[in-house]
Amino acid sequence: MTNEELNPIHYPAQRAAKVVLHYLNSRCGSPYKLFELQTVYRVNAEDVADSGRKYRMEISVKEMFGNTVEKCSAEVLFPRGEQQGSPKVQTSCEELLKINTKSQEEALYQQYKTRHSLLSAQNLPDSYGHIEPDMTPFWCLGALASSFVMLAESTEETLYNMAQVTNITQLATEDDRLKFDYHILLHDVVSQEIIPWNLLITWSPPEGVKVLQMKQLPPHQKLL
Amino acid sequence: MMRGLLAFAALFVAVFGKDTFEGHQVFRIVAKNDVQLSLIKNMENMVHFELDFWREVTDLATPVDVRVPFHTLSSFKTYLEIQDIDYSIMIEDLQVMLDEELEEMESAARAAKPRDTDSFDYSTYHTISEIYSFQDMLVAENPNLVSKVVIGQSYQDRPLNVLKFSTGGSNRPAIWIDTGIHSREWVTQASGTWFAKKIVNDYGRDAALTTILDNMDIFLEIVTNPDGFSYTHTNNRMWRKTRKPNSGSSCVGVDPNRNWDAGFGGAGASGNPCSEVYRGPKAHSEPEVKSIVDFVKAHGNIKAFISIHAYSQMLLYPYGYTRTPAADQRELDTLAKKAITDLASLYRTRYRYGSIINTIYQASGGTIDWTYNQGIKYSYTFELRDTGRYGFILPANQIIPTAQETWLALMAIMDHTFKNPY
Repeated sequence: MTNEELNPIHYPAQRAAKVVLHYLNSRCGSPYKLFELQTVYRVNAEDVADSGRKYRMEISVKEMFGNTVEKCSAEVLFPRGEQQGSPKVQTSCEELLKINTKSQEEALYQQYKTRHSLLSAQNLPDSYGHIEPDMTPFWCLGALASSFVMLAESTEETLYNMAQVTNITQLATEDDRLKFDYHILLHDVVSQEIIPWNLLITWSPPEGVKVLQMKQLPPHQKLL
Repeated sequence: MMRGLLAFAALFVAVFGKDTFEGHQVFRIVAKNDVQLSLIKNMENMVHFELDFWREVTDLATPVDVRVPFHTLSSFKTYLEIQDIDYSIMIEDLQVMLDEELEEMESAARAAKPRDTDSFDYSTYHTISEIYSFQDMLVAENPNLVSKVVIGQSYQDRPLNVLKFSTGGSNRPAIWIDTGIHSREWVTQASGTWFAKKIVNDYGRDAALTTILDNMDIFLEIVTNPDGFSYTHTNNRMWRKTRKPNSGSSCVGVDPNRNWDAGFGGAGASGNPCSEVYRGPKAHSEPEVKSIVDFVKAHGNIKAFISIHAYSQMLLYPYGYTRTPAADQRELDTLAKKAITDLASLYRTRYRYGSIINTIYQASGGTIDWTYNQGIKYSYTFELRDTGRYGFILPANQIIPTAQETWLALMAIMDHTFKNPY
């Protein structure tokens, strides 16, 4: 049961901390609320028999649109050996989660619920890093949806970010939710690979993001 | 042309008067006889229509152009029809036209070739030909300071251009900087372009840079992987490697930062041509890498070597292929700390620093491991902005801030190199 204090600057601590952000974004993000890692202060790692390796940490998290920062503690358990599955995460971040974006979400929801045409968009951001302001909530929604995938796929040997939303197609629904088919590119810093994923999601202000289907796609042309 | 000028005048008013012309229409009115001509002239006094005459009443042969605001359109049309005055709508929605024209002007301004490096737009991403033109312009404008050295050809025969900044001497101790070895890291080539101009601007103005250049040379390779860079513009924005085909595989390209002869073949790179970190069939197999190797060996007097990447916000020193600390680890670490402190002083951008293998990952066959083993003590790699929010597609409005803050770190390294000859 080795227990060690990690250097917070080095990559093992940083990779574990990133997983916390994927968890926060998938659970608590909104089209107007997205979190990123600010600083890793302390990390302690411990092997837990029959479970995996548990990282306990003190980190600070920033909400991207409002620029508020909160210091939190968190735990990440990476399954090992016999255990399969995604990392398990717990956090104490409370203040950031209270940030209220309901009125903006309602306005967005109403706008797209009553529109005659269905949204279709590509390349957010474009090659030059540009996103039209009224497309930013949909880029953000893509980042939230990607967080489900990144959380599920993360290990101690990966460090994921969403590289780009390549396509959004809004689909008609019979119920209260908005429904979207997303194509996104993930970037894994460790392998440097770009991994395309297809995600079918729904969103509404009361329910937030729900991922109906997620599918990894074949790698982008490495040929030609 | 006339319409364009009139529209421009309206736009001028709009910009400074903060008017909006949404829904406004411009009518062309033709009088059939003198009576109608008087009637039209009289409309100038009908303030309730809020008309704005672009071309006023003159004679029967000349039509009258008038802007009509949205809220009086219907009553004005009715008035004309009652009087049986012929008219046509020249502009259906003035605001739409003005917006389109503004877009065209801005787009033309963007596309226009800069006449010199002062009118070059540093706050936008450029193509390879634009950067190569920039290089030639910079040399032409500063013949006593800058020259272009072609150190080789890429796989697809593009020239590998290096700008040499020198105030004379013969084979002076030198500093090497490269950007764009991984083609998708666009903020690096953009920053390299800015650095080139910065050096020229600061020589003779900034004491520290002037002293450095009075005693040392600076070599700057901006587009270190031109085939890859071209490919990111035409085919795949996320392309990283070179564009050399791999025999026996349908996958193209070698990772130029795993192709150097330092720990080559070991853990921290891949033997699979389809991998983004494919090391290549042998060390220095890529002409983009071999050209630099040959240049460095032939020069023999390079004292600092800085290879610039993005993203992650890190300043890294050797080694990547082994956990054995570099012999100069302590000095490299202290200097890295100073450099990132200077960097942060501008916009409070936070960087981490340390050896490659501890800070980011194990990587074999890397550039600065090779240069360090050649005896170039001050070997560093940067990973510029950001930390993953936009990653490789960093918004263009961050190019200049990134270049500015990075320059402070580069100056710290160059200054230390100059003051600590070896």
